[in-house]
Amino acid sequence: MTTSNHPDHLLISQVSIDFPTPKGPFRALDKVNLRIEKGEFVSIIGHSGCGKSTVLNIVAGLYQATEGGVILDGREVNEPGPERAVVFQNHSLLPWLTAYENVELAVKQVFKGKKSRAEMKEWIEHNLTLVHMDHAMHKRPDEISGGMKQRVGIARALAMEPQVLLLDEPFGALDALTRAHLQDSMMEIQSTLGNTVIMITHDVDEAVLLSDRIVMMTNGPAATVGEILDVNLPRPRNRVEMAEMPEYIRCRHAVLQFLYERHGRKEASTPKAKVAAASADEESEPAKGNVVTMSKVTAKAA
Amino acid sequence: MNTRQLFQTFAAPFLGILLFLAIWQVGAPKIVTSLGAVPGPVQVFEQFEGLLTEHQAARQKEVDFYQRQQERNTETLKEDPNAEVSIRPYTGKATFFDQILTSIVTVMTGFVLAGFIAIPLGIVAGLSQTVYSALNPLIQLFKPVSPLAWLPIVTMIVSAVYVTDNPAFDKSFITSALTVLLCCLWPTIINTTVGVANISKDLQNVSKVLRLSWWTHVRKIVLPSAIPMIFTGLRLSLGIAWMVLIAAEMLAQNPGLGKFVWDEFQNGSSNSLGRIMVAVIVIGLIGFALDRGMLFLQRHFSWDKSLALR
Repeated sequence: MTTSNHPDHLLISQVSIDFPTPKGPFRALDKVNLRIEKGEFVSIIGHSGCGKSTVLNIVAGLYQATEGGVILDGREVNEPGPERAVVFQNHSLLPWLTAYENVELAVKQVFKGKKSRAEMKEWIEHNLTLVHMDHAMHKRPDEISGGMKQRVGIARALAMEPQVLLLDEPFGALDALTRAHLQDSMMEIQSTLGNTVIMITHDVDEAVLLSDRIVMMTNGPAATVGEILDVNLPRPRNRVEMAEMPEYIRCRHAVLQFLYERHGRKEASTPKAKVAAASADEESEPAKGNVVTMSKVTAKAA
Repeated sequence: MNTRQLFQTFAAPFLGILLFLAIWQVGAPKIVTSLGAVPGPVQVFEQFEGLLTEHQAARQKEVDFYQRQQERNTETLKEDPNAEVSIRPYTGKATFFDQILTSIVTVMTGFVLAGFIAIPLGIVAGLSQTVYSALNPLIQLFKPVSPLAWLPIVTMIVSAVYVTDNPAFDKSFITSALTVLLCCLWPTIINTTVGVANISKDLQNVSKVLRLSWWTHVRKIVLPSAIPMIFTGLRLSLGIAWMVLIAAEMLAQNPGLGKFVWDEFQNGSSNSLGRIMVAVIVIGLIGFALDRGMLFLQRHFSWDKSLALR
């Protein structure tokens, strides 16, 4: 999956950002450093509010870093562009355009003068087929389900042939089954196209299942990269087989330990935290016997 | 539909109107003015029939007038094939229904021109905080000005500027249309600005990531997002335009409904009050129809056909 001829495909160097507040500048990120190789799948995980989306927005060019910068293939990033396509958390499709037209808008913008009309049509349909949306190509976003909208959002991003694909909690708003489906689709696409991907997530299993490396962020203010974990699992990965593998369990444990023991919220220092945290991902469906523990976890993870 | 719904949908409005007419019919004769007793609905309807008859008579007169000329010309040509013949235009008095038409044409002229100015201005002001800051004090200053204050200024300017030997439009028409324009600009500008300024941040980010050009951004993202607010503005504007028009026509003597009301008032015959009341009801009905027309247009232009419109 990795190629060594571009060791510094994407370089996030000493990135800090201050947001102005009435009480003076608020330092959200402090000296974030990250090197990403071509074709790598990197997840950024952290508690909500730690600034992981801010990192993504800086790479996307939607925010400007106060200090430091982002370099993609030797060029500094200072504005948004289709070579760094973003899949937004809530799909962000244009509600007045069909799935096809939404992808078309991106394709026309990127391949204007490079592809003929027929080639563009074929390319749009190809990308929608890639995310298994060829059956509902001419439906508008309000006529399809949340998972399908997110698929179209992914197709739109892929159709731009980005050098880096940026996923901002792409499956966060979906139900567990749909999420699993889309994670499988994402792995399949990644193995076919070999894109460089940065994914923001708060789901430990999702991070371990999809990533080559997991970047764990400390809590804000002045959040930064706390630890980077290599996930040495063979591809293609199967979620059912994975669950039993010692490496999977090791990675999952390492992430949970980082999130809940070393960088948990202030109240997360009770001995029960570790046990409770392990099931934090299922917080939306608390088991009846565990109500007390679960409510604590919910409070911490919120 | 159950009985209750049936009652609310059909019977209640009907009863409301009936009650109103009854109170009107009973109360009106008790007030006696210098032009006789205030007419009730029955008398007003009689005046409406009178106006309709007058209109038909005038149309017949016009037809007869052209026919007589035609006949005369044919005869002249028969006697002398080289004779020069002409048809002179009919110049009879405008009837009530001609005046309705004039009013609608005038209001639409002012309103459409206002739309062409207000929508682009609103879009630019919505996209640029600088333009908005520059425009906002002027909007706030001119928005509350009454049409009656604009009219003298507009009249003087039109008289000074619109000087041609062969005018295509009457000055009174231009004065009325411009006054309508000045008064109905503001709701459309304000609502378009708000609609454009409140485009979802996510869609703006999509536009940035795609590096859409300014024009594509406006066409693909700004306009579809802002259409509901633009139409809210246009509907408010059209409502104001129609109200302003009647006042403007009274003073500018544009041969529309406003002039009709004014002339009847000056005329002071025993029929006048009844005829003015016919005009009031017609003005109301046309105002209502114009608003429905805008709703229909909004449904046509809006991408979301399932949207509940009211």
